[in-house]
Parts: sequence; C-alpha cells; structure tokens
Amino acid sequence: MSALSFDSVTIRLGRRDILSAASFAVREGEFVGMLGANGAGKTTLMRAALGLVPVAGGAIRVLGAPATRGNPAIGYMPQNRGAMAGLRLTGWDVVASAAVGRRFGFAPLDRAARREIDWALDEVGARDLARRSIGELSGGERQRVLLSQALLGRPRLLLLDEPLISLDPAHQKSVVEIARRVCDDLKAAIVFSAHELNPLVNVIDRVLYLGAGSAVLGPVDEVVTGPVLSRLYGAEIEVVRVRDRWFVMAGDVEVEREAHRHDGRHGPAHEHDHGDAHA
Amino acid sequence: MLDYDFMRTAFVASGVAAVLAGVVGYFLVLRGQTFAGHALSHVGFTGATGALLFGLSPLAGLVGFTLVAGIGMGLFGEKLAERDVAIGMMLSLALGLGLLFLHFYTAAATQAAALLFGNVLGVDSSALLALVALAAVSLGALVSIGRPLVFASLQPELAEARGVPLRFVSAAFLAIVAVTVAECAQIVGVLLVFTLMVGPAAAAMNLTRRLWLGIAASAALALAEAWGGLTLAYNTDWPTSFWITALSGLVFFGATAARRLGEAM
Repeated sequence: MSALSFDSVTIRLGRRDILSAASFAVREGEFVGMLGANGAGKTTLMRAALGLVPVAGGAIRVLGAPATRGNPAIGYMPQNRGAMAGLRLTGWDVVASAAVGRRFGFAPLDRAARREIDWALDEVGARDLARRSIGELSGGERQRVLLSQALLGRPRLLLLDEPLISLDPAHQKSVVEIARRVCDDLKAAIVFSAHELNPLVNVIDRVLYLGAGSAVLGPVDEVVTGPVLSRLYGAEIEVVRVRDRWFVMAGDVEVEREAHRHDGRHGPAHEHDHGDAHA
Repeated sequence: MLDYDFMRTAFVASGVAAVLAGVVGYFLVLRGQTFAGHALSHVGFTGATGALLFGLSPLAGLVGFTLVAGIGMGLFGEKLAERDVAIGMMLSLALGLGLLFLHFYTAAATQAAALLFGNVLGVDSSALLALVALAAVSLGALVSIGRPLVFASLQPELAEARGVPLRFVSAAFLAIVAVTVAECAQIVGVLLVFTLMVGPAAAAMNLTRRLWLGIAASAALALAEAWGGLTLAYNTDWPTSFWITALSGLVFFGATAARRLGEAM
C-alpha cells in the first residue's frame, strides 16, 4: 500500500488542466521533495489529496482509501502567507486551536490533549518558542511551531506546502532537518514542496517534479535531468551539477532561482493557483 | 444611585451588553472583522427607524435587520479583502434608508439621537428582559461554536482541510455579532458600538498573549467601562455614552502604551 497514490488523475481549475492523467505513488515512510515551476500545481495537488479540490478524472488514494476531506491520517501545513505576523497569541494557543478545532459544543482541553500538544512541540524542538507570541517569532521559528500542528494525531502522511518560503539558508536547513527527523521518528511519509532543490537534495528519498500537466516521481538523478525537465518545463533545460549543488538552467537563466526571486518581489507564491482553488 | 429603579435597570442592561460585547468583540478583532461589525450597526439603524415608522419596537427592528445582514455577510464567504467595498456600500445604503424612514417619522429628533448615541437610562423592564434573554442565547451559541471558530479564525485553510465547515461557522458567528451589535446599540447607540465591541477586546490583546485569559479580560474591561461610565454620568450629569467612550479610549491607549513599554524594556 502506498501513502499517497495518483492514478491517471486529471485536475481542472477553470479551463486549465493543472494535471492531466498524472500517475505516481508515494511509498509509506518516504520523504519526497515536490518541485515545479510557479503555477505547476503543487498547492493544488496537496489540496486534491486533502479532498478540497475535485478531480476531473482518475483516482487519488491516501493510505489505500479514497481522498476525503477531514482525513485524520493526513497532517497538513498550508503555505504561510504571513497572516500570523502581527498576532499576539502564544504559539501554544495557536497549536491548541488545531487540536480541538473540529469539536462543536463545550470542549475543554483535557490532559491527554495537552500532552499531545506538548509532545508535538517537543518533536520539532519548539516547546520554549511556543511560550512566546507567534507574531514575535522569526519566520523560521514560526514555521517550526506551525509544523508541530501537522503532527497532532500522529498522521502517517504529511503534506507540507512550501515550509522554506522566505527563510534564510540557516533556517531552511533546520526546518529540513526537523522534517527528516519527524519522517524517521513517526514513520510518516512526507511530501515537502519547495522552490529549490538544493536545500532538500541531501535529505529526501525521492523527488516529485510537476510541470506541463504531468508529474514525475523518482530518484533525484533520474528525474532532475535535461530531457525530463525539458518536457516538464516545455523549454530546453540543462542540468548542471557542481559537487553537491544542482543548477537547473533554461538557456543562461537559472529557473529555480528566478522563481524564488519572483516570489520575494510579489509576495506569496502560487497566489493565482491557490486563488483558483478557492473559487 | 442604586435607589432608583431606572439606574438599577441601566446597570443590569449595560452589564449584560458589555460582557457579551467583550467576549464577542474579542473574536471580531481576532478575525479582523471589525469593519463588518461597524457596518452591521448601521444596518441596525435602518431596522430600528423602520420599526419606529411602522409602530414596532425599535429593538425588534434592530435585531431583525442586523441578523439578516449578519448571516448574509457570513454566507458571502471567507474572502474578506473583496468584501470591504461591498460592506461599505451596504453601510451607506443602510444609513440612507434609515434617514428616509426618520424623515417620514414625525417625532424624529429625540428618537434619532437615542438610536445614534444610545439611551441606557431609557431601557424599560420589558426591553431589559429581551436584552438578557438575547445575551444568554448568544453566549450559549458562541460557546458551542467556540473551538471551530478559533481554529477557523487563526488558520482557515488548515481548518477547512480538517473538515471544519467554514461557511457555517462564519455565518453563525456573524449572527451572534448581529445580536451583540443590537444590544450595544441600546446602550451606546449605533454610532458608538465600536467602543464596547472593539476597544476592550483590542486592549485585552495588548495585555495578554493567552487566548482564554484575553477573552476574560476583554469581558471584564467592557463591564468596568460600562459601569464606570454609568457611575460617572450619574455624578456629572454628562451623557453615559460619552463617559463609556472616554473610558474605552483611555483603557485602549493605556494598554497599548503599557505593551510598548513592556517590549522596550
């Protein structure tokens, strides 16, 4: 059984096919890095796995069962668009809001729920950070606190949407390392979307590349190649490898770096693709 | 002061409305929906003047109109940015209609002042009963949607993925806001609803980082401001609504200054 499988899945947003007959299967317990150009459908793919976006064809299965909304087996960390930046509320309270967030009626936090929250915070090393208000934390610290939320209920599949966005290299490294540890400790499969391969390349088991409506999942050195990426980007792509670093070039432009800079200027990535998903 | 029947009624009425406003207002600020609350109060003005014109109780008109408008806003969806213009237009339209109703209603001047700026000393015993009952129902409803509401307010996308019905929660919350607005309008008037619904909540957020403590502090501050305002009005013969706004402003700016000072040290 795979943690997440797409079987010739087509997803249509408006008149655009985000995915057309895409197939891949994420194994249980493996750490998959998900890459692709802006608008390639990384966020949409996660939302489809969560049952929030309907499929126009094919089948999505999560741990053997059809994708449904509110599946407790999935831990999800949405892209952080800085909504928490000014919030004066402790990280602990924010995490706790997710722990009992589905319960209507009078629902006090019992001891087991409190222990679970503390455990999740410990798992990402954010127990002390969570005492401070979430708006005062740096981007990297905030990501760690929010990551702990995805661990509540000990899911077997984690979908992490751009956890590295707008983090400096040191914080990127720590978030990736924490994700790797969580993957090993919980035996949970992780799909970790990112703009750049390099921060992930040494820790992921396989890479999932999206583009031109298709998805290719495989070992880094089989997927990140000129021919495969040229097909996904619909342009002539050359892959240059210098020791541990990978450069994906279209002509003389480094495509991943360009995508990243683009985000920095215009704020949140995938705004259009996400907006469509909401409509 | 408490020897007078109307003063006792005023204390109970303003106390009930203030506690409700403090609690509901905290969520309003947390969700960034203070503008929606403000607009609802203007819709309430239309409802109240309309009710007067047709010989009904202004409170019934207030609650009826704000409820319909609140639920409508909630069902509109979660995308706030695009709604600001729509809400603003609705607000002006409502005030305009209210003006028209007043134009046809002959005893306009005193009623208009009472609706716009409140008349807590004019609350009679049947109105008091209605205020208490509405507040009890609203607080009960708020408790029952409390957890999903906090979750959906802080992290709507995650809440949606976990199966929280966002639209229902949003509409239910704005219905509660609508009732709260109607209650506050009885005390401080439709133009000054902000003073009880937003002031204490924003001050409480400056004073504590904890969620439940913040809600309790917001309710306590609102209550203190309402009763303080009544007491000062009794002793000075100045309008109650003025004193409540003055205390609310003082507390809010004081709390902001205290936080800044704390952060600087």
